[in-house]
Amino acid sequence: MNFKGRDVISVRDFSKSDLIYILKIAKEMEKEKPKLLDGKILAALFFEPSTRTRLSFESAMFRLGGKVLGFSDEKVTSVKKGETVWDTIKMAERYSDVIVIRSPVEGSARLAAEAASIPVINGGDGANQHPTQMLLDLYTIQKIKKKIEGLKIGFLGDLKYGRTVHSLAIALSFWKVEMCFIAPDALQMPEHYIKELREKGIKCHKTSDVFEVSPKLDILYVTRIQQERFPDPLEYEKYKNAYRLDITLLDHIKKELKIMHPLPRVGEINAELDDTEHAIYFEQAANGVAVRKALLALVLGKEK
Amino acid sequence: MKERRIPAIKDGTVIDHIPSRDTFRIIRILNPQEFKYPINLALNLDSKKMDSKGVIKINSRFLTQSEVNKIAILAPNATVSIIKNYKVMEKIQVKLPEELVGVLNCTNPVCITSKEIVISKFKVLREEPLEVKCHYCERVYGKDEVEIKR
Ligand SMILES: [Zn+2]
Repeated sequence: MNFKGRDVISVRDFSKSDLIYILKIAKEMEKEKPKLLDGKILAALFFEPSTRTRLSFESAMFRLGGKVLGFSDEKVTSVKKGETVWDTIKMAERYSDVIVIRSPVEGSARLAAEAASIPVINGGDGANQHPTQMLLDLYTIQKIKKKIEGLKIGFLGDLKYGRTVHSLAIALSFWKVEMCFIAPDALQMPEHYIKELREKGIKCHKTSDVFEVSPKLDILYVTRIQQERFPDPLEYEKYKNAYRLDITLLDHIKKELKIMHPLPRVGEINAELDDTEHAIYFEQAANGVAVRKALLALVLGKEK
Repeated sequence: MKERRIPAIKDGTVIDHIPSRDTFRIIRILNPQEFKYPINLALNLDSKKMDSKGVIKINSRFLTQSEVNKIAILAPNATVSIIKNYKVMEKIQVKLPEELVGVLNCTNPVCITSKEIVISKFKVLREEPLEVKCHYCERVYGKDEVEIKR
């Protein structure tokens, strides 16, 4: 499989074999490879701040021996003065070998990929896509469960606006898994996703009661309810405390259940669960480095 | 009501087999205010092929390929006939391409196509009922939501 020169923009760009290959390379990237990307430069163009994603990409590049340049807030660049994504990319591609772009504007990464002659990785474009998050989620599931096939996965929280849930569900649908969508009706998984998943033969179940399905789950993927995604602030107030998991959950789950969360959390998971063997969200975040190392190496054709 | 009650035209274009409810939207795409000659329009006609159809007859004007493509978005089963001297010279079955380039506007206010000068691009996911996806923000639109460029 050859990823050299490819862009990483959307979950829709991957086949099942692409995903399997990326997970395989990510596993190899758990080892130290301090010279792999020696002499390579990553341009990290962050049109909105995102500390976690940026630190993870920088760490990945440094650990492979590469270097990073860029900016992390549009206020400090000429972008505020009206410079377009297109022009910014045309400039940055001359200074670097690979670009990561993060922007609140949906479709920015796709446009950046069209502008650039070097590979572009999407570090999140508004409510649209965040493929490296999807890949690290997938990697975490595979790593902790040693398989994906046959798992029962519950998604909890804001399933209507939550892009991580949408992307992960689409990626998981390449395998024969079962999905439970746990949310108040107003925040349920959009019907067109459910339809698409069912057409792919995925067993889907919707409920608003976490305890109804939690006893049979292998993975519980929790997301926060994001204020900025709500058109109406009153709607947000109504749902922000819809779910608050605490140790009472332990009476309703299998011993092997693992709880994931893309972080940051704002109260959906009480800290008292952190020290249980079920919590894997910090490990999940740390897996982001191996996955991003893999992607950087792959698109630069240096994974071997 | 029979279609033949709409006056025949000598030269021009006949658009047939339009879903009744989309007849006015189709007329609007064609910028009829700029036409110099009469347009005859009928809807709620009986049809063997469909529930209820609309017909548009445009005197002394022939459609461009880009106009025919736009018609296909709303009426994938429409037929466009070129009339010369009361005779059908050519019958075109409209066809929706797999990708619509520069034809639709993405109405997502946070889509890059509404911030920068970008030629819009939509993938046709399904013809009937219509479902198209913005190539950039990946938002999916149905027939009643698409905004066709004038
Ligand atoms: Zn768009």
